[in-house]
Amino acid sequence: MNSPLNRHTNILDFALSSLLRRKSKNLSLLVVYTLIVFVIASLIFFVQALKHEAAQTLAEAPDLVVQRMIAGRHDLIPATYGEQISAIRGVRSVTPRLWGYYYDQVFGANYTLLVPENGVVEPGSIMIGAGVARNQRIKIDDMLTLKTSRNAPLLLTVQGIYPSSSELISSDLIVLSAEDFQEMFHLPPGQFTDLAVTVANPREQVTVATKIAELFPDTRPILKSEMLRTYDSLFEWRGGMMVVILAVAVLSFIIFAWDKATGLSAEERKEIGILKSIGWETSDVLQLKFWEGIVISLTAFLVGVVLAYGHVFFFSAALFEHALKGWSVIYPQFRLIPVVDAYQLTVLFFLTVLPYTAATIIPAWLAATVPPDAAMRS
Amino acid sequence: MRKSSIFIIVTAVNILLIGLLTVHARYSQAMAATALRERAEMVRTLQLTDLCLFTEARYTRNPAMADRFAPFQDHPGAMEHFPSGSLVTPPSKRIHEFSP
Repeated sequence: MNSPLNRHTNILDFALSSLLRRKSKNLSLLVVYTLIVFVIASLIFFVQALKHEAAQTLAEAPDLVVQRMIAGRHDLIPATYGEQISAIRGVRSVTPRLWGYYYDQVFGANYTLLVPENGVVEPGSIMIGAGVARNQRIKIDDMLTLKTSRNAPLLLTVQGIYPSSSELISSDLIVLSAEDFQEMFHLPPGQFTDLAVTVANPREQVTVATKIAELFPDTRPILKSEMLRTYDSLFEWRGGMMVVILAVAVLSFIIFAWDKATGLSAEERKEIGILKSIGWETSDVLQLKFWEGIVISLTAFLVGVVLAYGHVFFFSAALFEHALKGWSVIYPQFRLIPVVDAYQLTVLFFLTVLPYTAATIIPAWLAATVPPDAAMRS
Repeated sequence: MRKSSIFIIVTAVNILLIGLLTVHARYSQAMAATALRERAEMVRTLQLTDLCLFTEARYTRNPAMADRFAPFQDHPGAMEHFPSGSLVTPPSKRIHEFSP
């Protein structure tokens, strides 16, 4: 039976035998190709999952945060600003926020100190993130000593540790009472870090922000949409690291394509010549080369994507950890919720499989149009 | 077994694996819905504005709250020198921001 399917299966058989004749070369090509797909697919999975996490969790962030700016820098904001802002039509509530950073000289770590809105911690007690507990090697009921701005020790008892499942938002947090915060930093009375504003109608957020900016020209209202947009630009292609990774991937593909497009080896030309002399049509030769390209590129794509998924979602993107950690002493240990973006995988498929297959066919077409005897002699 | 059959089986297994991973992703999202809600609730009660991804510098810990020029604010020739600066770009231009 000589059905088109049978014909393709026979050509595929021949293509696989042809690839196996140059086993070491093709195997090394497959490994490198898979590795490149793996790196790009890992990045796609990681970034999509992180953006999904940011969008879902930060949807509950304050509608507006109002910062006061003095001489171009973020400064403390007086409580009186809050009173006037709460009188603006459409504002449901204004909550002054107290938060700041603390550098631990012993461990070299940066902590975020924060006072919750409803006093969930008693003076003298703290709630800490799992990263702080890991870094300080402390557990519930242990004491943590912080140094105040007047160089006096402040002893605080660990009342609770936030669950490790929340590390992506709480890893470096030390949640303490307003009294302890004041003891730590000695802020002037009636001054806060910034103001969290809740707007009754989400569609009025921009209008309210504009009114605040007009009422207090020395303030900077930051909208929730702007907070969320910050995480859209995470791992954007213009970021230094992404440019390097993408440049390496693109360069590798150019080398692959160059290797294929600059022509076939003498052995491959001879093979094409023999095939044509025994009756193969030019279209058959092209199909053979098409299948050779597909075998390498499709296998690399599929294996690379499967490995990337395992790397990001089962092994918490371990290979990216050092790049993400940078100089941070506290780094959250988190497992991302898997997100598979079919659109991005399709783009990756078309960017990896098609160019390589095309680069395989073109030189083969050039060789297949030469008379068989000339091809064999070359 | 013919080589083509082996290749077709391997490719089919890989495609099936990707299909199963998509199902795994959907299942994991459903399973993690409660944890996600708890995290969102924590963001609401503590009034958080950022993910805790990069703790190496103040402006990388809370990029949404930082100035666009934060890495360069200390002196005119200051260069960005934290590795996470190459992963996250400056906050996009804010509607009510009048400085750079």
